[in-house]
Amino acid sequence: MHSLTDPQQATIGILGAGKVGTVLARLAIAAGYRVLIASSRPPAAIELTIDVLAHGAEATTATDAAGQADLVILALPLGKAVPLDGHQALPLDELRGKIVIDAMNYWWEVDGVRPDLTGDDVTTSELVAAALPGSRLVKAFNHMGYHDLDEGSRLAGDSDRKAIALSGDDVAANDVVADLIDSLGFDSVDLGPLGEGAVLQPGRQLFGANLTAAEIRDVVEQAAA
Amino acid sequence: MADIEFGLDTFGDIPQTDTGELASHAQAIRHVVAEAVLADQLGIEVFAVGEHHRPEYAISSPETVLAGIATQTERIRLSSGVTVLSSDDPVRVFQRFATVDALSNGRAEVILGRGSFTESFPLFGYDMNDYDTLFEEKIELFSRLLTEQPVSWSGTTRAALHDADVFPKTESGHLSTWVGVGGSPQSVVRTAQYGFPLMLAIIGGSPERFAPYTDLYRRAAEQFGSAAHPIGMHSPGFIARTDDEAKEIFFPHYKVMHDRIGALRGWPPVTRAEFENEVAHGSMYVGSPETVARRMASAIATLGAGRFDLIYSAGTTPMSDRMRAVELYGTEVVPLVRDILA
Ligand SMILES: NC(=O)c1ccc[n+]([C@@H]2O[C@H](COP(=O)([O-])OP(=O)(O)OC[C@H]3O[C@@H](n4cnc5c(N)ncnc54)[C@H](OP(=O)(O)O)[C@@H]3O)[C@@H](O)[C@H]2O)c1
Repeated sequence: MHSLTDPQQATIGILGAGKVGTVLARLAIAAGYRVLIASSRPPAAIELTIDVLAHGAEATTATDAAGQADLVILALPLGKAVPLDGHQALPLDELRGKIVIDAMNYWWEVDGVRPDLTGDDVTTSELVAAALPGSRLVKAFNHMGYHDLDEGSRLAGDSDRKAIALSGDDVAANDVVADLIDSLGFDSVDLGPLGEGAVLQPGRQLFGANLTAAEIRDVVEQAAA
Repeated sequence: MADIEFGLDTFGDIPQTDTGELASHAQAIRHVVAEAVLADQLGIEVFAVGEHHRPEYAISSPETVLAGIATQTERIRLSSGVTVLSSDDPVRVFQRFATVDALSNGRAEVILGRGSFTESFPLFGYDMNDYDTLFEEKIELFSRLLTEQPVSWSGTTRAALHDADVFPKTESGHLSTWVGVGGSPQSVVRTAQYGFPLMLAIIGGSPERFAPYTDLYRRAAEQFGSAAHPIGMHSPGFIARTDDEAKEIFFPHYKVMHDRIGALRGWPPVTRAEFENEVAHGSMYVGSPETVARRMASAIATLGAGRFDLIYSAGTTPMSDRMRAVELYGTEVVPLVRDILA
């Protein structure tokens, strides 16, 4: 296991303390990682939530979580990470040079009407990568509903083990994320460069997928055929 | 387990008539009133109708439907499920429900929510980008209106109020108010902060998964020094004579509705296997009265819930099948659940 994803050594930072952020925090704690989690509010606003839903994770600020973490997961509304008004909510300096996992989707209920984030030729993770200069962006965890994520963690080898598909332009970063996914209780399927991750987005073939690795590969093959 | 309350919940889905055609919106609304009247006769405790602004659902104005039900029923509590507070005016919401409360001799109840659809935002001139602010400001104002004292308030989402007294007053001095929450921990904490009872919308996955949310609600209430009420849960389901009959009737109608709504969110179509899995282990209470009762009792016990509302209409399920589901719920399911939990 890579030292960046060795649960005994690595610190995971999670930006976003909602449905997905708290589930990932809980899984990461269960795997043995040190976990820092933040929303846009002062840490006190999420302390109780974290204590109950992801006991053992530390509530902090986004800047602190990103600064201390070896690997950062973005689990906040996409519109906040790719803002229209140029007001970047993410701590860019702290994220520079780090592996950053993009678990975000365009969701009109939260992000409003954003033509720039939709359309057949848009891969939102490419927009996120562009918004985070110097980060090693990997798209993962976005296709599985948070309840499936919550219930689906299994030991390696379990026949019922589901898989998380990932994509990213930095092959080494993809491998690290694959290790992390494994330690959280899922197989992984590397789809290749970020652009290939389009198939994971809302409205596309793998969105909502709660499937095994073999099943995911089948869907990808069919989509390509 | 003492005093669990049972309710039924509908969004006024457009059903098929007995000749197989789609009912009109008007027919669909009258059918809901007829179902509520039956529910009242059967002693079901709550009847809830939810607000939507889409062609598949006839109810956009829950309290108007509840007013119609109020004058034809005796005991059943009349609830929204939910009222989309974010795109409404808290003052008007209070007035309309206080009016239903008068018509029903104190049986009105509001369940406030952010809504899981967003059609109401453009319809009423609200900006989706203010989603959070709208709800936060309006729930705060609503909680003050509930004191039934003159209110002074200012915010960014509606005109300020200066010592505004709002009528009609309720006879009890208290309009029963809940908050409906999906899976957002932040919403659970906020509900506890205001001391409102929590209605969990559990529409997928195992109900056990929500146990931490009930802990969060209780612990947050403790922290804020507010009252922690027994939590409520609402989930979809359907009842017929046998498990097979229930599934055969329900699935095709459910699938059409699910796939249409799902397409808007980018979800793939639901498969029969997913449906079967949800019925066996998840949050769809579909089957014979015994099956549904057993699964409800287990969910209620797991979450320590004080109330269970069954969303009994999904898509175009025919009127007569729906009516029978209401009847089986009242005559068989509820007594069975009470027995199991006794
Ligand atoms: N729900 C799912 O099943 C699911 C599955 C896969 C992926 N996703 C994606 O994951 C992301 C999160 O979804 P969710 O369902 O967890 O939403 P959610 O429950 O609304 O949580 C969003 C979280 O992000 C926080 N946040 C907002 N602005 C922030 C900022 N500038 N910095 C740090 N945190 C911030 C919010 O807290 P404050 O507003 O208090 O700051 C909240 O804790 C979305 O992009 C969604 O599309 C969701």
